[in-house]
Amino acid sequence: MAALSTIGLTAEGAAMLLDARAVSCVELAEAYLRRIDAVDGDLHAFLRTHPEETLARARALDEGGRSGIEGVPIGLKDLFSTRGIETTAGSRILEGFRPIIDADVVEACADAGLISLGKLNMDEFAMGSSTEHSAYGPTRNPWNQALVPGGSSGGSAAAVAAGLAPWSLGTDTGGSIRQPAAFCGIVGLKPTYGAVSRYGVVAFASSLDQVGPFALNVRDVALLLSIIARNDPRDSTNVGLPAPVELPEAEDLKGLRLAVPRDQLDAGVDAGVAALFEATVERCRALGAEVSETTLPHAGHGLAAYYLIAPSEASANLARYDGARYGLRVDAPDVHAMYSETRRAGFGAEVKRRIMIGTYALSAGYFDAYYGQAQRVRTLIRRDFAKAFEQYDALLLPTAPSVAFPFGAKLYDPLAMYANDVFTLPVNLAGLPGLSIPCGLADGLPVGFQIIGPAFSENRLLAIGHALERAIEFDPVPPRILEGRG
Amino acid sequence: MAHYDSAMALSDSDVRHVARLARLGLHEDEVAPLRAELETILQHVSAIAELDLAGVPVTSHPLELVNVLADDIPIACATRDDALANAPDRAGDGFRVPPIGA
Repeated sequence: MAALSTIGLTAEGAAMLLDARAVSCVELAEAYLRRIDAVDGDLHAFLRTHPEETLARARALDEGGRSGIEGVPIGLKDLFSTRGIETTAGSRILEGFRPIIDADVVEACADAGLISLGKLNMDEFAMGSSTEHSAYGPTRNPWNQALVPGGSSGGSAAAVAAGLAPWSLGTDTGGSIRQPAAFCGIVGLKPTYGAVSRYGVVAFASSLDQVGPFALNVRDVALLLSIIARNDPRDSTNVGLPAPVELPEAEDLKGLRLAVPRDQLDAGVDAGVAALFEATVERCRALGAEVSETTLPHAGHGLAAYYLIAPSEASANLARYDGARYGLRVDAPDVHAMYSETRRAGFGAEVKRRIMIGTYALSAGYFDAYYGQAQRVRTLIRRDFAKAFEQYDALLLPTAPSVAFPFGAKLYDPLAMYANDVFTLPVNLAGLPGLSIPCGLADGLPVGFQIIGPAFSENRLLAIGHALERAIEFDPVPPRILEGRG
Repeated sequence: MAHYDSAMALSDSDVRHVARLARLGLHEDEVAPLRAELETILQHVSAIAELDLAGVPVTSHPLELVNVLADDIPIACATRDDALANAPDRAGDGFRVPPIGA
């Protein structure tokens, strides 16, 4: 047969090829591995692949028989523990670390017959919005290699956009799935807090972290969500989803009440993003939705609350990296010096900044003024959303205020980098689901459209996203990739 | 509540103190640049310290959760060798670390 192209191939499409016996599981996996070999030297989406394990699993499925989604490959953010396979969270401090467990989402993918291609690049410990904070070098945006892919799950987004994997998993603590999905022109979902198990996921900010899918279209995102959202007693905050995930079929938005929280846009949105956002809101009306305007009066404090809560929880979670039991150790004559020198050498600049902010905010005399106050703001933001959802089925916002930015543009200005999450992080503070779909190109770069719903409204968000996606007809394949330059 | 304003102005010794609490080794030439960065971030986030939120409950978890009890069933757990598999310095059945206060 002619060489199989993975560019633009969806997971559902790949399963159909397997069903039709047009390709075997081994041939499909080999096609992705070839694609990675061909372009990932430039893109750097994967931190590592493990072709022998990948092909062994594919061979076992070819020999044992397969059905449904079994045999479709997947890429995994390097934040997920993979038993016996190096897991670094993008940090030097975990270089060479081989977990003794699989994360629940890794197990869930294996249970469903998905085949892992390898581990994807990310900002160190998921702290960042550009993947520039990876200790192993940044990932490049498949639409333009001079630009960042977004972050922290930048490798997960770039891999899918460039045809290195049909779909992937990432995590979203303040926008780390939705923003890179937007920057790379694909679909990304941050599920309701608690829908997906965090067991075996390297912890960043435990009250905010959530695992979610990336794919080329909304149906694939729904399918992958149905695989990973399950009850897991090993994560005490996990509740699963109250109803099974429905594969979306909706073609219109009739009967839906949507609203734009107009006050949020005062934060400032680039002209090209604003124009596409408004055009997409109009499209919602054309598809039959009733679209109003509302406000989220306290969400403006979200950035400050987030940048206290997330670093505080991170400073506690990252206390475990001390050189004693696993990961990097820098030898010193005294145990305290060993801890301090190990952490000095093992953590990058952004991680150190956040550990310092978090330790300061939690230290004696400041706890209530900072962490306590941030948690009260969080209550107000939750109430704002709850009030809006009394009247509306979903809220609409841009995913990010800009398109992908150049390397270095925000690297040395932490506040500018943080501000890129202004439309995504209130959703994490309130524990809600948010879906980002591509809504068009501004200056040749993808723009993300975000749909936010009440807790556990994933099926509604997926239906809205699917109907919109059909109407928009966005082509998620970057032109540079088609021309063979990507 | 005046101490919030003073909290934004960090001294070098504040930075060294917090680094010590965080067990984060800092070389002397790293203190001043880090202090400037932290001050900028704290100035931004300190806005919320001034909000009057008396009576607003804190949110530590976004969902309304209730405690559930699980049956007490023994399951397999990590073996000693598993737990020691990534040890930077293993001594028999333990992790070897440098002495305290050497």
